[in-house]
Amino acid sequence: MKRVVITGAGTINALGHSVDATLESMREGRCGIGELAFRDVERLSIKIGGQVRDFEAEPRFNRQQMALYDRFTQFTLIAAEEAIRQSGLEFTGELAARSGVVLGTAGGGVSTWDDNYRSVYEDGKNRVHPFVVPKLMNNAAASHVSMEYNLKGPSFTVSTACASSNHAMAQAFQMVRSGMSPVMVAGGSESMLCFGGVKAWEGLRVMSKDACRPFSANRNGMVQGEGAGIFVFEEYEHAKARGAEILCEIAGYAMSSDASDIVMPSKQGAARAISGALRDAQINPQEVGYINAHGTGTAANDKTECSAVADVFGTHADKLLISSTKSMHGHLIGGTGAVELLACIMALKDGIIAPTIGYEEPDPECALDVVPNEAREAKVDVALSNAFAFGGLNAVLALRRI
Amino acid sequence: MSTQDKVIAIIAEQAVLDPSDVTLDSTLEDLGIDSLGLVESIFAIEEEFDISIPFNANEPEQSDFDISNVAAIIAGIDKLIAAKG
Repeated sequence: MKRVVITGAGTINALGHSVDATLESMREGRCGIGELAFRDVERLSIKIGGQVRDFEAEPRFNRQQMALYDRFTQFTLIAAEEAIRQSGLEFTGELAARSGVVLGTAGGGVSTWDDNYRSVYEDGKNRVHPFVVPKLMNNAAASHVSMEYNLKGPSFTVSTACASSNHAMAQAFQMVRSGMSPVMVAGGSESMLCFGGVKAWEGLRVMSKDACRPFSANRNGMVQGEGAGIFVFEEYEHAKARGAEILCEIAGYAMSSDASDIVMPSKQGAARAISGALRDAQINPQEVGYINAHGTGTAANDKTECSAVADVFGTHADKLLISSTKSMHGHLIGGTGAVELLACIMALKDGIIAPTIGYEEPDPECALDVVPNEAREAKVDVALSNAFAFGGLNAVLALRRI
Repeated sequence: MSTQDKVIAIIAEQAVLDPSDVTLDSTLEDLGIDSLGLVESIFAIEEEFDISIPFNANEPEQSDFDISNVAAIIAGIDKLIAAKG
């Protein structure tokens, strides 16, 4: 088996339009959640979200590109550009032929669906733009990355709701570890912050009207976010041979299914994914210094997740640090694991733990060190990133400092 | 059909019971309605009476809508219908 390292990272989300800006916001504990701004927002009862602000797609993309790029594809291409530039890789010849891109998204081109349904149903138009299908399809973002960077190997999109990015990155990791591909671009993207995208979530009555406060006793639901996180996964010897800067190693992963309920999380399912990732990475539980929690801020997730962590780690659960950065960037649904991986990289590489902001009252059912409100310094050798999706599909990644 | 009969019909359908098995002092738990069933019942009630019920599944006990039993739910709905005018 090959070792796998990360040699490039890119993002755009409510905390910043780059990795540096995002990590700075996480260090400062800034909140990227605010009033939503889009058409018909006044008809929503949930009016807050982690929207990407001060972002104009028009100068970045030309007219032909705009006709093909949904907002989730735009975010993906911006993050991919940053990640691949940092890696310094150019995909030609044999490298191009064997390298690919695996991305996660839950909804794909949600605002393209929304705009065009509005056009035919509400405005009564009987004709849509010829590129509606290639713009909204879930694999559009992965396909445009492959075209932009000449990635000719295995490429596809994974859709497992809130675990999409983690499942995608786990798959890409497996492809590099097995020797199938020397380099894989991986991550995920989501852009559901439009009228239909928020209205659908509103229906479930699990959204907060005021803030995302993971692990806090007075938490009252999740808050949606949007954006993308993209990484370059590279075989270790390949990266070393070309003198690439290595951000961290991906040591292992595990996936599990609750096989129980379509929305309620399961402690056993989560615990099996966490312990499976440790086993796969051959890591002792005591080595884990930081967990980037799924931490949605719902009553059900946070207590189930803390209980699963307590089960897996025993007394070490009280020593490790666990935080939810969703309190700052919101829940990016299919893109969330990718943006949250940045907090793991920051913990390993810079020794800074992103806080759980908005934390107000301790909850005895979430009695772990959740790094409340302020970032903290800590030397971390191993970090985990949790994702537990609706549908009971879980994926946990294990990363190691290098 | 009265408000009471309509609400009982909605709850009975959700619980897969005959309306005669749903009494005013039944709790949702008695009827086997879980959190997802509750959210679906609230949706059906909102649609039936054209009202908005303030309910957040994360803090059911803090919502300004009493769901402790069928009678409480009906009383809450009557209040919302009256407020609508």
